[in-house]
Amino acid sequence: MIITMAHGSGGAATSELIDEIFAKAFDNDVLNEMEDSAVVPGSGRIAVTTDSFVVTPLEYPGGNIGRLAVCGTVNDLLMRGATPKYLTCGYIIQEGTDSELLKRVANAMAETAAEAGVKIVAGDTKVIEGNGGIMINTAGVGFVPDGVDISATKIAPGDVILVSGNLGDHHATILGSRMNITNTIESDNAPLNDMVAALLENGVDVHCLRDVTRGGLATVLKELSDSSKVTITLEEEALPLNPAVRDFCGLLGLDPLYMGNEGKMIAAVPKAQAEKALELIRSAKYGEAAALVGEVTEGVDGHGDLLVRTAIGGIRQLDVLQGEGLPRIC
Amino acid sequence: MKNVELQTYIEYLKNYDGPEVTFMEVCGSHTAAIAKSGIARVISPKIHLVSGPGCPVCVSPSGYVDRLIELAKTPDTTVCTFGDLLRIPGTQYSLNEAKGQGASVEMVYSPMDVIALAKEHPDHTYVFGAVGFETTVPVYTVLLDEIVKERISNIRLLTALKVMPPVIGWLCDNGAHIDGFIAPGHVSVITGSKHFEALSRQYNIPFAVTGFSPKELVLGIYGLLRMWEQKEELLAKGDSLTKNFYPSVVTTEGNTIAQAKVEQYFEPGPAVWRGMGEIADSGLYLRDEYAAYDAGSRGLDEDHKINKACRCDQVLMGKISSYECPLFGKVCTPLTPQGACMVSSEGSCYQRYLNR
Repeated sequence: MIITMAHGSGGAATSELIDEIFAKAFDNDVLNEMEDSAVVPGSGRIAVTTDSFVVTPLEYPGGNIGRLAVCGTVNDLLMRGATPKYLTCGYIIQEGTDSELLKRVANAMAETAAEAGVKIVAGDTKVIEGNGGIMINTAGVGFVPDGVDISATKIAPGDVILVSGNLGDHHATILGSRMNITNTIESDNAPLNDMVAALLENGVDVHCLRDVTRGGLATVLKELSDSSKVTITLEEEALPLNPAVRDFCGLLGLDPLYMGNEGKMIAAVPKAQAEKALELIRSAKYGEAAALVGEVTEGVDGHGDLLVRTAIGGIRQLDVLQGEGLPRIC
Repeated sequence: MKNVELQTYIEYLKNYDGPEVTFMEVCGSHTAAIAKSGIARVISPKIHLVSGPGCPVCVSPSGYVDRLIELAKTPDTTVCTFGDLLRIPGTQYSLNEAKGQGASVEMVYSPMDVIALAKEHPDHTYVFGAVGFETTVPVYTVLLDEIVKERISNIRLLTALKVMPPVIGWLCDNGAHIDGFIAPGHVSVITGSKHFEALSRQYNIPFAVTGFSPKELVLGIYGLLRMWEQKEELLAKGDSLTKNFYPSVVTTEGNTIAQAKVEQYFEPGPAVWRGMGEIADSGLYLRDEYAAYDAGSRGLDEDHKINKACRCDQVLMGKISSYECPLFGKVCTPLTPQGACMVSSEGSCYQRYLNR
């Protein structure tokens, strides 16, 4: 079936679309009530976030926009130490979309939600003119356990920076797909519940968590160093990289430090707990390639800096990503 | 290379206390690799590393950008090009700004993407903004092969193609005080190291063909410094002042198949380099028999500065470093570029801004 403007009319075709695809995929007690809004149990400190997902191609090695839309929002909740519970999703579908593609996207979304322990409790679809595109917005709600206080402002001198795995996989996958380059790289899109739970349940004093998405590790850490007025020094040789991504970047003149992931995070923890935290992340799902990549020291002259000690002992000072990360031409 | 050797080279470069020397790299990828390696902070302050005209986007004159914009505003015509070129300033606007005003501009990742577009829309004309040096030109010959073979009549190229040896010679003739060149690694893969051999003999200046990893850069710069120090002895013995430190991919003769393809489609001609003026035989243009595929690439010589204080030209000639430009890091940043060197990811100011 091809989606047409009629599927957005609010009439019979809309009901068919929802019943056949979304209600089937997301099936749960709250959603099945099909009320105007979902009423869910919960109290205490509530974490709320929202994110919109636009990606070309819609399906790529290792995932699709549905999986991405769950991971992005779930990970944003996790980065504040929250336990993700509920998601809403809004689909904006361009006419011409094949309903089989839509099913695959919705099913991936349902599977990823189950993996992340969240229920999709409310949803909306709109159909717009266009040529077979899908855009998804998800909002997420989670609950922050008592005593948990994780924030960008808590990163402090004496912390170390851990990164949970290889850099740039998602970015390289998407760019490779767009450029029709055949390789073995797959997106790392994944919910990071397991590693965050491992840290929090085993008494690690986590100061700060951030997922490494658009802009890459350098942008994330430069923003943190600026907001906390500290110096973060990375060891270039410690940065975890899939060799295929390293070569892909070398070929195209891209810098893995500025390439996005969708299933990686950084954790700032006190140096004394570095080994313990690293072991916990490495033993958790999606954390096997985790590494200790840098240290936090006092800022100089009241501002934040992000430095990299290079393989030959040089120091490189990094800024946030400027413009778009584009392949070179020579 | 063993780590012990690497350490020896680094120590030598760190402790160098002879006369001040200036080495120039003339390849955008080297500009980026050197900035990223942090090598300038490792070696002796008496060794100066400057960036030459190695970024093809940076050296394209404003007249070329203006012509692309004119074409993009022509009905039923779309200009396709690489991302970096979209932001380069023309006399009034960049392609990106023109796009915001309704000009038809599309960013592509490969010239071959244009083939699919042209087949899908046979009544529409696609102009490819083809910039590049010896490394990129063979890619355009593959595009041309396909256009000819498939008899595609709605693709044109607006070229700003340039070759390296004439501009290096021009720099040597025009008072750029360069003691040695880090020869462009990627260009050398295509051309071979023989071009640089000829230049080093003509100007008695050492050339080191060098790779791009930090360790390869250390080796190349060390090699260059040693050749410079031993120059008189080497010359007295009749030895070459060109050394290939990148033998895994660079040969003396280069890629002769690619060279033949380039020769088939293109011929040399004068070209204007942004801020430097016209340099004889430094450009490549489609030969007369392929003129039907050209969108008017010859004579695009206009070269305007968008900010009078911009010193991109002197940066490109290695006469000043980016830091010496009064605009650098103040009004001129990657988000508000006043000159070409700040636009391209291979531009020397862009790299120095990002990797201070």
